[in-house]
Amino acid sequence: MSILLVSIIIMAILLLGAAIYAVIQKDLLYAVIATSIISLILSIMFYLLQAPDVALTEAAIGVALTTIIFVITIRNTERYEDKKHVKVGNKIIKK
Amino acid sequence: MKKVIVLLLLAVVGYYLVDVFSQISFGENRYEGQNVRDFYLDKSKNDLQVSNSVTAIVVNFRGFDTLGEVTVLFLAATALGSILYRRREDAHGGVVLFSASRIVRAGSHLLFAPILLLGAYVFIHGHLSPGGGFQGGTIIATGFLLMLLAYHDYKVSHGVLSWVESLAGLTFVFAGLGGLILGKTFLENFLPVGTINYLFSGGIIPIIYIAVGFKVGAELTGVLYTLLNEKEYKKQ
Amino acid sequence: MNLGNNLDILTITFYGSAILLILIGLYAALVKRSLIKIVIGLSIIDSGVHLLLVSIGYLQGGTAPIFSPAVIDKNPVMVDPVPQALVLTAIVIGFAVTAVALALVIRLYRHHKTVNIDEIKNLKW
Repeated sequence: MSILLVSIIIMAILLLGAAIYAVIQKDLLYAVIATSIISLILSIMFYLLQAPDVALTEAAIGVALTTIIFVITIRNTERYEDKKHVKVGNKIIKK
Repeated sequence: MKKVIVLLLLAVVGYYLVDVFSQISFGENRYEGQNVRDFYLDKSKNDLQVSNSVTAIVVNFRGFDTLGEVTVLFLAATALGSILYRRREDAHGGVVLFSASRIVRAGSHLLFAPILLLGAYVFIHGHLSPGGGFQGGTIIATGFLLMLLAYHDYKVSHGVLSWVESLAGLTFVFAGLGGLILGKTFLENFLPVGTINYLFSGGIIPIIYIAVGFKVGAELTGVLYTLLNEKEYKKQ
Repeated sequence: MNLGNNLDILTITFYGSAILLILIGLYAALVKRSLIKIVIGLSIIDSGVHLLLVSIGYLQGGTAPIFSPAVIDKNPVMVDPVPQALVLTAIVIGFAVTAVALALVIRLYRHHKTVNIDEIKNLKW
């Protein structure tokens, strides 16, 4: 078990953890940041699979541009997924 | 009840995906002898003298698909501009209402030119090292995004963006028509090929990728500018 | 770069995480009520498909398909460049589709004042 193999397994676990977090979280801004983490880890995996062009494209488009257009959309619509949760201070309480 | 049905559907989809992809062995050299990979690598090294074979496939061997992709990007930018059309009288403000702090403003002045230079380097040397038109164009759009976020009243001239985009698209089509005029097929190479790993190698491939770099950069800047100037609704 | 010799673990890691990404994105697109969450789900499905396609082309002990001056005389084993070219196009088009979908969401919000698909059921203007 070389250290490269261990780091690939850790990256795969982080990938799936970020994906599940993006689906479950009710605060949409946090879900969008999790999506950009997915793109970042995917870009590293593309580099390890010997595909540098694809890694460059995914890093430029997935991390920077997709996140900014999601944030602009959230700014123009609602921030929370349903109307029952409201953020007070640092907690999200049910109304 | 609905969640149970959805989970059942996901189980069926997952089972069939695992069934198909477990028969494709990972990392093994399937189809020894004549396969598509050897053909493309061999042709791009010997016939086209291009050192980045992904570039050779995207621009030359499957060049027509790249023309379709550039058209799809153009359609997406146009559709975005026409969906978010708004009359002038019930709009005020914008997404970015005030400029950023002093550090961001000073940093953006320092970083804007090197980012544009990096993007231009990436799409000019697309046939020699990893990179190309799409990557370089996106880096240029990121540079403009930095300036758009630092200053709330930064204006990008829509006329200049449209002209750059249209001229770059026309360059792509005319480079393809050049092959048709000289008796070969559309998008076939008609310039001298040169030697591998030199800047002027690969025939029309650097010309097409430079045009694609300009076009993608102008298009994505236009998309971001349209979205960032999306005005707020007047709250009743 | 050699990724190691345990092909079984690598197969499960790459193929398995790509298939799980597709399934997680599909769940978000089918079950969630908010339109922005559905678009996030579509973007996650795109990422899973791209990872699946690129990991098919990997060859054990292979290197990147670029004939730089250091390796041009040594004839190394190179990975498959065809799936990489396909995925390059697919990433750009996936971004264009996401951008148009989000513009439609903004327009819908302007008209109906909500992004919940349970409340946008009627097609009347």
